[in-house]
Amino acid sequence: MSATTATMPRPDFIHVEDYNFWYGQNQVLFDIDMEIPECQVTALIGPSGCGKSTLLRNMNRMNDLIDGVSHKGDIRLNGTSLYDPDVEVISLRKRVGMVFQKYNPFAKSIYENVVFSLRVAGRGKRCELDETVERSLKDAALWDEVKDRLHDSAFGLSGGQQQRLCIARAIANQPEILLMDEPCAALDPLATLKIEELITTLKKQFTIVIVTHNMEQATRCSDRTAFLYMGKLVEYGDTLQLFGNPKQKDTEAYISGRFS
Amino acid sequence: MRQPSKENNLFVSTGRSSKGEPWIWLTAGGLSLGIVMVIALLGLILIKGVSSFWPRQIVVMQIDGENGSNKMAGYITERSERPSEGGNRIAQIQIFRGNKDIYGESFLYLDERNIKSQEISPGYMLVERTEYGPAILKPVKLVTPSGTIEEGTQGFDDAVQRMIAINEEVREQTRHIERKLIGANARAIRDIEIDLKVGKVEAEAAAAMREVLQEEFVKFQADAAKVRERIAGYEFHGLTADGREVSYMGSQLLGSFRPNDSNWFQRFWEMLQRMWRFLIEEPREANTEGGVYPAIFGTVVMTLTMTFFVTPLGVIAAIYLREYAKQGQMVRVVRICVNNLAGVPSIVFGVFGLAFFVYFVGNSIDQVFYGDKLPTPTFGTPGILWASLTLALLTLPVVIVATEEALSAVPRGVREAALACGASKWQAIQRIVIPASLPGIMTGIILAMARGAGEVAPLMLVGAVKLAPSLPIDDIAPYIHPERKFMHLGFHIYDLGFQSPDAEAAKPIVFATALLLILLVLVLNLTAIIIRNRLKKKFAVSHF
Repeated sequence: MSATTATMPRPDFIHVEDYNFWYGQNQVLFDIDMEIPECQVTALIGPSGCGKSTLLRNMNRMNDLIDGVSHKGDIRLNGTSLYDPDVEVISLRKRVGMVFQKYNPFAKSIYENVVFSLRVAGRGKRCELDETVERSLKDAALWDEVKDRLHDSAFGLSGGQQQRLCIARAIANQPEILLMDEPCAALDPLATLKIEELITTLKKQFTIVIVTHNMEQATRCSDRTAFLYMGKLVEYGDTLQLFGNPKQKDTEAYISGRFS
Repeated sequence: MRQPSKENNLFVSTGRSSKGEPWIWLTAGGLSLGIVMVIALLGLILIKGVSSFWPRQIVVMQIDGENGSNKMAGYITERSERPSEGGNRIAQIQIFRGNKDIYGESFLYLDERNIKSQEISPGYMLVERTEYGPAILKPVKLVTPSGTIEEGTQGFDDAVQRMIAINEEVREQTRHIERKLIGANARAIRDIEIDLKVGKVEAEAAAAMREVLQEEFVKFQADAAKVRERIAGYEFHGLTADGREVSYMGSQLLGSFRPNDSNWFQRFWEMLQRMWRFLIEEPREANTEGGVYPAIFGTVVMTLTMTFFVTPLGVIAAIYLREYAKQGQMVRVVRICVNNLAGVPSIVFGVFGLAFFVYFVGNSIDQVFYGDKLPTPTFGTPGILWASLTLALLTLPVVIVATEEALSAVPRGVREAALACGASKWQAIQRIVIPASLPGIMTGIILAMARGAGEVAPLMLVGAVKLAPSLPIDDIAPYIHPERKFMHLGFHIYDLGFQSPDAEAAKPIVFATALLLILLVLVLNLTAIIIRNRLKKKFAVSHF
């Protein structure tokens, strides 16, 4: 079910429908309604605490881990509701990979980091693992740097390399969607540039949703951008259009930096 | 030079940084006091423990007291003062003169003013015996099956050493016959009795079997007697300082040393040999002589068994408490209870262990599996298994608390990453969280081992004894005997120090045993720490 096999990219590959979300009594998302197209990069921007990370983390139900959360509305993935009782959250997460703000490789070798998702899925055939490691690391533009030390600890890598390793790990089991939660927040500009280049190449294979604080980054690497403010979706459209000619006053204020 | 005005000078002194913050000396003083106390404790035990092995020189003294003139030989163990009438203080010395069979007491206090002369005269020998502790005497002659050798002639000392070596072999062989062969014989006879009682064998058949075993027993005894014949022809004659003639059979002698005629290296070598014998020999004479091997063995086996029980139990409980249980009032109460369990006096655990493990569990096992042997209990009596379980319970809170802390220290991001890769919660815990928290878990286990190895009070109720006839692990099938009683270094110290018939004679061994217990705990801990540091290197968690 790889995205690349689909003949026509779906415009509503991820469909968020009137989605509301609460942490306990505290509502953080209000009536979000958006369609995220297949094989494109969609950026979520907005000030801190606006709910963009929460929205992202609900796309693979990562927020289920937190006690006392509740939601109303639905998120559909290629037409299937994430909250369908038949959907097992583990198989959902196999289809939706995630990269975090803070690079977090496991205390294992580079090789074992990449194949972790295959191991937990019970796929341990040597040739398959080798193949996956090479493919994923190549896709994450890390192969040439680490191919001679695959069995060294992942902690020996630089910060940027560790984050690319995390990307390789997230795409190893060939998910359809890649969620990225401020993937460059902890990196220096050069490493950031590399990751951004990577995002541009990866969108051929994956549908990417990225949360970012950096508006240049959103303009550089996303096709569509959504601006969230106070838990509401203020504006959503093509990146060039949203940054060049925002329709809402709030959006304009935020992107021009006149926002506290 | 212009005086800077107070208002303009931004860096005007507050008077603190230059003189130092107040009360820092108090915190440093607290630490220093603690360090001094630890060093003093270790130093005292080290010095006393090691010096108890040092072969001291034998002093021959001429004494003129109220009871007339007397000559005695011994080594000085202590110098002190005692008050006397008129407010004077009289210097006195304590000497060890050995020969308890002759004098009744081997330690003795002497007023220094009564000592007319003292000299370290050559020729005196310290002889270790199977009974009554060491003897201090001047050798006279050695009777061997091939003739008599006089003291002072060529080869006398070599002949004594040869005799002692022969006696050692004889003792080894007879111990083998008595413990192993006769022991097995006795067990076979007992099994027949049991079979007879429950009606597994006919009375006639039993009698026939008993007959065979009886014959075997007689044969073993004859074998042992034959072995003993090798040492029978030896006799050792000596003279005490006050002129009494003494003689010992060859089978009574275990070792000899001439401290007055030895140089420093010979005495140092003798000290090392004594230490080695202390480690590998069994205790003799109500534990005041001989070694502590069974106690070392018992302590190590008990501690490792305890660790074997407490580790999985504590880790599993902590995983549930931290990872799966719904964090709420209930879990908080459980956590408080676990923490309080660590504060329960250890003797209470001993009482619980006796009541629950020994009387309830042990008796039930006996009823079900060893009914034939009743009323003789097998598991329904204190033993090393119950001691280990009791101490496992005692140290459980330590492991749980440490494991919980280690689990909660694993960064949230790493868990989320594992889950985002499609791992189930258990897979994430098993493959990522537990490896990352292993060093912390190991720390808990180290603390638990240190606590368990040093605990004495509960052991007295659930299995530690003054003298265990056999080790909990040996070469008699089924090789591991979890129901057996065992000796323990901590209990050994208590027993020697407070229960010994000859407190003075036991004193050096108390210090030596204390030193050994400290070293043992140190070795166990160091091993665990080395393992932990290896794991730490392997599973190091990145610091952001």
